Amino acid sequence: MSAPGVSAPGAGPRVPRTRVVLAALLRKELTVELRSFEAVPAMTLFSVTTFVLFHFALSRNTLSGDLASGVLWVTLLFAAVLGINRLFVADAEQGGFDGFLLSPADRSVLLYSKALTLLAYLVVLEVVAVPAFALLLLGPALWPALPGLLAALALGDLGIVVIGTFVGALAVRTSVRDLLGPMISLPLLVPVLLCAARLSSPLLGAGHVGSLPLRWLATLALYDLVFGLITFAVFDFLLED
Amino acid sequence: MILGELSLHHAVPYVAAAFIVFFALILLYLAIMAGKLSRIERELGELTEPAAHRPGAGAKDAP
Amino acid sequence: MYGKRLRALALTTFAALTLTWVLAFFWAPDDADQGFLQKIFYLHVPLAIVTLGGFVYGAVAAIMHLRTRDSRWDMRSYVAIHLSLVFGVGVLITGSIWARGSWGVWWDWSEPTLVSFLLVMLLYATYQPLRFAIEDPERQARYASVFAITAGAFVPINFVIVRLSTAYLHPRVLGNISGNLPGRFQVVFYLALVSMALLWITLWRYEMTSKHAGAQLRALRRRLSGEDQQDTQPRRSAVPTLGVEAGAPR
Repeated sequence: MSAPGVSAPGAGPRVPRTRVVLAALLRKELTVELRSFEAVPAMTLFSVTTFVLFHFALSRNTLSGDLASGVLWVTLLFAAVLGINRLFVADAEQGGFDGFLLSPADRSVLLYSKALTLLAYLVVLEVVAVPAFALLLLGPALWPALPGLLAALALGDLGIVVIGTFVGALAVRTSVRDLLGPMISLPLLVPVLLCAARLSSPLLGAGHVGSLPLRWLATLALYDLVFGLITFAVFDFLLED
Repeated sequence: MILGELSLHHAVPYVAAAFIVFFALILLYLAIMAGKLSRIERELGELTEPAAHRPGAGAKDAP
Repeated sequence: MYGKRLRALALTTFAALTLTWVLAFFWAPDDADQGFLQKIFYLHVPLAIVTLGGFVYGAVAAIMHLRTRDSRWDMRSYVAIHLSLVFGVGVLITGSIWARGSWGVWWDWSEPTLVSFLLVMLLYATYQPLRFAIEDPERQARYASVFAITAGAFVPINFVIVRLSTAYLHPRVLGNISGNLPGRFQVVFYLALVSMALLWITLWRYEMTSKHAGAQLRALRRRLSGEDQQDTQPRRSAVPTLGVEAGAPR
């Protein structure tokens, strides 16, 4: 599975520009996902089904405030974990790692491409899941809460992407990848969940839409940043062979 | 729960329990370690016994 | 050699611990609020601090391992994390006992130390399964080091965040570690902290000695039985393998 557009024209093995490689890798990811429909439909269906589960489990017709925020974020988190499990599987099973490692591209580009891919999965997931949530379980109206909620979703997604890419790469070449993935990523994702849920809960409050608590915004952003840096620093070590 | 009413009599079992747990953990750890050490000792004994009979002929230097 | 100063270390630890508990029970005054129950504080909090320090050291050793590719650093990291996991179980149990004695409940979500600890332990509990799931020893060590570094970064960050989340619920006495302790409390507390750290170090060296001896034994057996019996350990293991067979000194 060699990435097209990587080999530089002209004499000598010139290292291709990051942008070129990244675009090529993303194109590959998109193509594979569109052909096989492995991850995104499963994540989306799972989230809608989970909302139904919560309705029956909680015996509630509508949710608001803390409960709504919690149900939404836990569902998104578990759906994301499904996606994380699939993120590197094709590469591990079909030699995509070797193909990439043999190319002269900078190793971090694989990190960027996988992270962006996971982000894309999450965005598509949320485009379906959030309105589904509003339809099925949310009591207050979604529309006034939307700007703040989009900010919360953006930062939360970043956190999921950073942790998820890291854990995906770590767990994929182990014998129990489907178990280790969630086991390792969920504790690491608890702060993301915590901040995102605290961010979202005043937005989904019954009665009126509260304001975005800046403290949680800042904390979540910082967490994303720190673990983004850590993942960037250690990722190469996961790819050595 | 009004904290000021905690009497010595009430507190002693809890303090004792905490210390017992702590010591139990340490001792359990040491016991497991002791098991590993005695296994090493036993295997060492198995190795040195035939080696004592062999005049070092079987020893090869690792590169 | 890890066993060299082990006896002196162990004796020092024993002396420090004995002094600590004697002082804690006979010299330090009873707490105004909690009475005798507060004595657990001298056990639980140093245990917690030392456990976290152990995890952080595990991360530092992992960084060294990735930099030097020396398997001894991997072993140091492994033993540190392994030991801190054992201590961490102690932290959770003693904290729970304290909570039960103070507030009548075995678990309290508004206690940030315990909650953070639960999270950290849940994360580190995956360390050995992760190692065990990777067969190739070099890759196992490398991936374990990457994990240890990330988890080590998670420890302090997680504490801050959980503390933030419980901040506006009423803060508990457990949270006031050494900030505003009067005289005698402080002396005994710091003594307890030092002796607990000594205990951790002693046990760490103890386990390192044991692991090192085991690795040397395997190397010796390999040498004695001939080159063709390379894998005298066909069983999969989560324990790091030291490169002793290469004839490395020490």
